[in-house]
Amino acid sequence: MIAEAGHYALVLALALALIQSTVPILGARWRDPALMNVARSTALAQLLFVGASFAALVTLHVTSDFSVVNVFENSHSLKPLIYKITGVWGNHEGSMLLWVSILALFGGLVAGFGNNLPLSLRAHVLAVQAWIASAFYLFILITSNPFLRIANPPIEGRDLNPVLQDIGLAVHPPMLYLGYVGFSISFSFAVAALLEGRIDAAWARWVRPWTLLAWIFLTLGIAMGSYWAYYELGWGGWWFWDPVENASLMPWLAGTALLHSAVVMEKRDALKVWTILLSILTFSLSLLGTFLVRSGVLTSVHAFATDPTRGVFILLILCIFIGGSLTLYAWRAPALKQGGLFAPISREGALVLNNLFLTTACATVFIGTLYPLALEVLTGDKISVGAPFFNLTFAPLFLPLMIAVPFGPLLAWKRGDLLGAAQRLVAAGVAALVAIAVLWAWTRGGSAFAPLAIGLAVFVIAGALSDLAERTGLFRLPLGAATRRARGLPRSAWGTVFAHAGVGVALIGIVCETTWNSEYIGSMKPDDVAVIAGYQLRLDGVTQRQGPNYREMVAQFTVSLDGERLSTMTPSKRSFTTRGSTTTEAALLTRGASQLYISLGETAADGAIAVRVYHKPMVLLIWFGPVLMAFGGLLSLSDRRLRVGAPKPAKAVRGLQAAE
Amino acid sequence: MTRRQRRLTMIGGSLAVLAVAAALVLNAMRDSIVFFSTPAAVAEKHIPAGKRFRLGGLVQPGSLVRGEDLAVRFLVADDSATLPVSYKGILPDLFREGQGVVAEGALDTSGVFRADTVLAKHDETYMPKDVADALKKQGHWKDSYGAKAAGTPEKPGAAQRASQTDQAPPRADRGAIQ
Repeated sequence: MIAEAGHYALVLALALALIQSTVPILGARWRDPALMNVARSTALAQLLFVGASFAALVTLHVTSDFSVVNVFENSHSLKPLIYKITGVWGNHEGSMLLWVSILALFGGLVAGFGNNLPLSLRAHVLAVQAWIASAFYLFILITSNPFLRIANPPIEGRDLNPVLQDIGLAVHPPMLYLGYVGFSISFSFAVAALLEGRIDAAWARWVRPWTLLAWIFLTLGIAMGSYWAYYELGWGGWWFWDPVENASLMPWLAGTALLHSAVVMEKRDALKVWTILLSILTFSLSLLGTFLVRSGVLTSVHAFATDPTRGVFILLILCIFIGGSLTLYAWRAPALKQGGLFAPISREGALVLNNLFLTTACATVFIGTLYPLALEVLTGDKISVGAPFFNLTFAPLFLPLMIAVPFGPLLAWKRGDLLGAAQRLVAAGVAALVAIAVLWAWTRGGSAFAPLAIGLAVFVIAGALSDLAERTGLFRLPLGAATRRARGLPRSAWGTVFAHAGVGVALIGIVCETTWNSEYIGSMKPDDVAVIAGYQLRLDGVTQRQGPNYREMVAQFTVSLDGERLSTMTPSKRSFTTRGSTTTEAALLTRGASQLYISLGETAADGAIAVRVYHKPMVLLIWFGPVLMAFGGLLSLSDRRLRVGAPKPAKAVRGLQAAE
Repeated sequence: MTRRQRRLTMIGGSLAVLAVAAALVLNAMRDSIVFFSTPAAVAEKHIPAGKRFRLGGLVQPGSLVRGEDLAVRFLVADDSATLPVSYKGILPDLFREGQGVVAEGALDTSGVFRADTVLAKHDETYMPKDVADALKKQGHWKDSYGAKAAGTPEKPGAAQRASQTDQAPPRADRGAIQ
């Protein structure tokens, strides 16, 4: 009953989406407010029905209804409740349902909070949203229906892949999808602007917060995924340049560029055409990511060719939306009015530079991800493009960008003073040089790369802070006045400081971890001691334990530093009987921002157990940086000027508004 | 500066960055790309010792020998040839005799493939993409290997790897977590 209701709700959502795709457009054509307002009600009703459909699938999983194929294949009655719920999107069908639910959520948000949007703009935006939604509803209903029944229901399910039975699955995919799919809003706004043939101030004021919201989620989603891989896969890596990861990195890079070009458009009315293009590209890359992950083309080009329904369907969606929007862009963009002039050395110029480097870096990731696929399709040669490729292309492009980051906020709009900005960054430059010198002395004989890279990171952080000091008049004015000015500073300025500092923090973590991590691999018997980075790890013993749906072998280690006992660590190996597979549960011990990491290998006949121990200095900064960036984004989002749905500010917030 | 000069500056700058990026990509393509090979292809092509590549095939049943201090040796087989592989370190959870495997490394002078990375990417129904394709090409594909894999690409085949640190930076197949 519930499965059928869920299926039916999804069909109704499709019907509503089809209405929403057409009626508001006609309304805008005929200037009929009643028809244009249909978009609002259908968007909200669509959200309701998709929500019901999603709730139905969750209910089926929670109640372990194994007469539904999707539940049978991915669940088990003994599975803990949390994994029954998260297992809903731990499979293809369920995750597509989550995808459209989030799409409907964003559509509903625009409908709910978009009262101050021009009526025809809102109608167009929601109609474009509905086009995307219709395509994906059709995809789910035709190729990936999660509500299919089995004729003879089995007693027990096949269980969820053990690697996915982790809290990471509860957080990572929803976050990632909120980011991916959130970019659909800026896409819809861009296409709506092209359809209407004009972009005004309301357009830019609206696009930026939505982009920012999506970007915050994507940032957190990627960071969370990286941390999950780090502790779950058992060998301590945190970024693999795997196509699945690149699929989420590309929209992030393009989205970051979009965020910055939207600032120029909002403040200075310049870069309109480019911002529109970036909006289209960002969501196109999200769609590409969905295609790469969902079509199976990464798993095997061969599988893609033999069972092409899904892959070809998504490829079709991809071609229609990307091709269609780019064609529309080529046709309508030249008609858009160009705005504000600016000198190459100016805040706008700096933001253009940012865009240039981010999009180029994004292009190298694109090539590295798709070239092996293209080559295999064309010539049959199999190659793998991995970290060495990206270290040689992506990293050199990111370095100049990092050097430029502190300069940007210090340049004035329209025409900036590079020398003046450099003077104000002297303190940051000195901090960077001191950091380089200290590290150089400390790591005597080591590679020169790490101190330089950390110096660069310190420059970015100190640069962000000196921007703050500059704006508040800290050190120039009395403390009281500076505090007052700090309080009066727009939240978006604070957001910039945190986000830029976050980039530097992440870079420090990355450099420290890759340069100074140490590793011990060996086989240990009880009472053996492994020594790594000054820590002694003694294997106390190995015990067996029964979990809810697995058996577990737990090893206990006592960790001490200079003979003083610090803590115990208990890595384990779990065998899941249903799938006959094992997972490695690493044990982590956090010391400041650094971590000790133990994971277990196989047990030999004589009882010795293979052990992998890592010491990862400053590793937590890798994820703390993105959290800072997201926090900066959140501050910026809470700026009253940009607050989602906030009425137009009564007066200009600052004198920075364009003086045309 | 006139509007025209400004525009030219912008375009010139952009082209310069793109040219640098293109040079970087081409350079990286030449140096850092690793080809995939099967034991039969290795025998055919005479790959020189020291040249890095990925070797894929099935772990020959009964060939796994564990040595001192986590050293292992096993044979990777395909239709017509086998190649001895030596590796030191912890094998992935999913490494099993008779199952598909991909190892990355290079041949030494005695013709043994010294792997620094071993990937096993399959659950009970799933196998590494490269291996599956190669086996299919040779007509050695048993339907039971990939019965599920084709239909449910997302069914995340647990991806696992083992690696030795001081080697090339990690590269992994991480189908499971996305």
